[in-house]
Amino acid sequence: MSAVLTTPLAAAPRSEGVWRTAWRRFRGDRVGMVSLAIVAAFLVLILLSATRLVASSWQREVGVPNAPPTLLGPRPPEDLGTIEVPKGPNVDLSDVDPLAPKYKEWAERAAKMKTEEIPRAQTLPLGGDRLGRDVLAKTIKGTEISVFVGVLASLLATGIGTLLGAFAGFFGRKADDFLEWLYNVFTAVPDILLIFAFAAVFGRGIGTVVLILGLTGWAGVYRQVRAEFIKHRGREYVRAAEAIGASTGSRMFRHILPNVSHVILVRMSLLVVGFIKAEVILSYLGLGVPVDQVSWGTMLAEAQAELILGYWWQLAAATLFMAVFVTAFSLMADAWRDALDPRLRGAE
Amino acid sequence: MLLSIQELKVAFRLGERGAVTLVKAVDGVSFDIPDNTTLALVGESGSGKSVTAMSILNLLPDNAQRQGRILYQDQDLLQATLPQLQSLRGKEIACVFQDPMTSLNPVFTVGAQLAEPLVRHMGMGWRAATRQAEGLLAEVGIPEPKRRLDSYPHELSGGQQQRVMIAMALACGPKLLIADEPTTALDVTIQRQILELIARLKEQRRMSVLFISHDLGVVGEIADQVVVMRQGTVREQGPVAAIFSAPKDLYTRALLACRPSLTDVPARLTVIDEHIQGKVSAVVAKPKDPAAPVVLEVRSLAKSFFLREGLFGQREFKAVRGVNFKLRRGHTLGVVGESGSGKTTMGLTLLRLHEPTAGEVIFDGRDLLKLSDAERQLMRRRIQIVFQNPYASLNPRFTIGQTLLEPMMIHGIGADGAERERRARAILAKVGLGEDALGKYPHEFSGGQRQRIAIARCLTLDPEVLVLDEAVSALDVSVQAQVLNLLKDLQDELGLAYVFISHDLAVVRFLSDEVLVMKDGEVVEQASATALLAAPTQEYTRNLLGAIPRGYRGERRSVTTG
Repeated sequence: MSAVLTTPLAAAPRSEGVWRTAWRRFRGDRVGMVSLAIVAAFLVLILLSATRLVASSWQREVGVPNAPPTLLGPRPPEDLGTIEVPKGPNVDLSDVDPLAPKYKEWAERAAKMKTEEIPRAQTLPLGGDRLGRDVLAKTIKGTEISVFVGVLASLLATGIGTLLGAFAGFFGRKADDFLEWLYNVFTAVPDILLIFAFAAVFGRGIGTVVLILGLTGWAGVYRQVRAEFIKHRGREYVRAAEAIGASTGSRMFRHILPNVSHVILVRMSLLVVGFIKAEVILSYLGLGVPVDQVSWGTMLAEAQAELILGYWWQLAAATLFMAVFVTAFSLMADAWRDALDPRLRGAE
Repeated sequence: MLLSIQELKVAFRLGERGAVTLVKAVDGVSFDIPDNTTLALVGESGSGKSVTAMSILNLLPDNAQRQGRILYQDQDLLQATLPQLQSLRGKEIACVFQDPMTSLNPVFTVGAQLAEPLVRHMGMGWRAATRQAEGLLAEVGIPEPKRRLDSYPHELSGGQQQRVMIAMALACGPKLLIADEPTTALDVTIQRQILELIARLKEQRRMSVLFISHDLGVVGEIADQVVVMRQGTVREQGPVAAIFSAPKDLYTRALLACRPSLTDVPARLTVIDEHIQGKVSAVVAKPKDPAAPVVLEVRSLAKSFFLREGLFGQREFKAVRGVNFKLRRGHTLGVVGESGSGKTTMGLTLLRLHEPTAGEVIFDGRDLLKLSDAERQLMRRRIQIVFQNPYASLNPRFTIGQTLLEPMMIHGIGADGAERERRARAILAKVGLGEDALGKYPHEFSGGQRQRIAIARCLTLDPEVLVLDEAVSALDVSVQAQVLNLLKDLQDELGLAYVFISHDLAVVRFLSDEVLVMKDGEVVEQASATALLAAPTQEYTRNLLGAIPRGYRGERRSVTTG
């Protein structure tokens, strides 16, 4: 089409940068802004939880076991009266009881000890688990771990994938052949088997989960970045950079990388979502976070047993938090992609 | 009257949610296309000629708003429903677009793509459709049509692909063919063939053609009626003879003047604005110094590509062989040839963007091809390249300032950032751009401006030799004139030597002192520009010369059939 429709531009000393333009476009996206707000709220929550300002005492048993959510009200006292409590004085067994002389001494010693009985709440905001721990505090603490694992692992996977993809795509030939071989071997092994293998080697812990997910999840990023680099390496602007004497590294990472950044960013956000879900599965299988920590995954694993007994609130809380965060994050990533893609920009 | 456009207005809604602005693309255009007539729409990019043509079948994007009347055989197409339009598309009114490479589906054979509309629209069986397709291929002049039915698009040359596109457009026997810059992506020789084909088909099928072009020279060869558009309005319309012999509008006259001609070579080309303001450039061409020192000498340069064949074998494809020339300071060597003749490969090999297979490139007394990497980096400064496509050769994520500062930083030119920036400003002024360009991004500039920026990037390094690889081929004729003038001014001022690669001999003639004619990787003719034009010795060169559009010349050449 020969009609180039250019809007007149003010003769500003410096035009909007790429990021600023993207931000301006992003601000116009209502769905994007709402999801950004939700994600930001989650991040604040995680920050508060990490600095122990909220949910630091998630391990305390503050309610009765399986306390129901406040909204449902306290559980009606259970009818325990199947066996009738006998009336009248107890039968005196002291002449046959060999421990009888000690009772008095024990009673005296027991009187010296002091036990503090925490008043257990009958209901908790989002209910309690089987030990009476607050599900709300648990979920907040779980959010911290789950999101931390998801983001860190996706950073790792994106880093590996981008680097390898850039090398394979830019250099081609031998480098590409070798990395393609590596990629094929990696993707040929079933993911879950690979995860088990890594888990067996590294042992259990959050760091391990991050490492496992990062090391198994780079393949998709690699493939896409490689394709983008193959596409861009022959472009004239890269040739032009070579002609002015720009080094290989500069051409790869100063020239091409910013032009494919939108692809990488979106891929990374998809990985965050995927890894949060993968952590849930890993923890559910017992390969994830240790027992003294909590994540959405461990909560779901516990919820399985509780559900049979009719205690659904732990499942509901973990699922709700996860669904809201993951949906908001995906929508936000989508909006970022639209905002950053140079092809979609205004008059072009 | 076959088609009548009355007071057509098209505007595009632009901007994101909230702040929507209307940008007028076409503002009150009226013209008629009678039966069996070729009407040409001429104008620069952005004049609204494509938008006008695409309005006819409503092939515009969703954000377009149309007003006015488009009457096709007394039916108003602006009011037509989508099913009504779809029954017209392809059957009554067919389109051929600019780039044949992207218009054909690469995974289907030519035969299948040709037969499909026949089966769909005309209700033919596959066998009958294939027979018909073969006939169509023969009609558009493709040799061995039967064999070509089974070819895939990549097996055809650009010209043949465009012929297939035309055959597809003709498949259902349309009454109106809309050809949107059908030859712009093609070489001059192929352009000539396609123009002749369209003219012949128009006569044979008694259809009308709406031909869109930015080049009055092309239009003069094919059109009966001409409509000149600028900024969304019609500047002048009339029969082709009147437009060429007695143009009334200043803009039309300017368009006619700005195309470089083969016959007389002015010192500068006339630019539209100057022409409209009535300025005549009185610059006298500086005589070239025939004894200027030789800056670049090339001896038997060759470049082969090795194609894999079979399991272990490889076949040598000689893209360039036996190129020799000497280039003096302040002189220009023109390199001409059709696409595939190896001229671009030759240019890239000079800079070692391709590793040459054999030969010597002597630059300043040293063989460029035998330098170590460090020495090569120093030499890089002194020989630079400008690419064809100004839209692809600038990094879209760099501001113009960054683009211009980067080469200076790499080569350590200028003591500090401030000095480099001063230099960048000076160079921008030299190529005719304002200082405010520094902070802008490439997408804010037009094609011609981007090409100036690409030239400015080369100039930051103070090069002695510039390789111009089809540097003006992607530009409109009017913009091309400006860039050619700029190149000439820079050469006079800085004493640059150019290797000017182009498929258009008229453009080469304007700038060059010596011309190399390349064919299939070999130099077939090498002579001074004046000598080559006056007396070409090779048939190939004569063909290239004959293919250059010359505009309207009174009588038409008789159209050859077959």
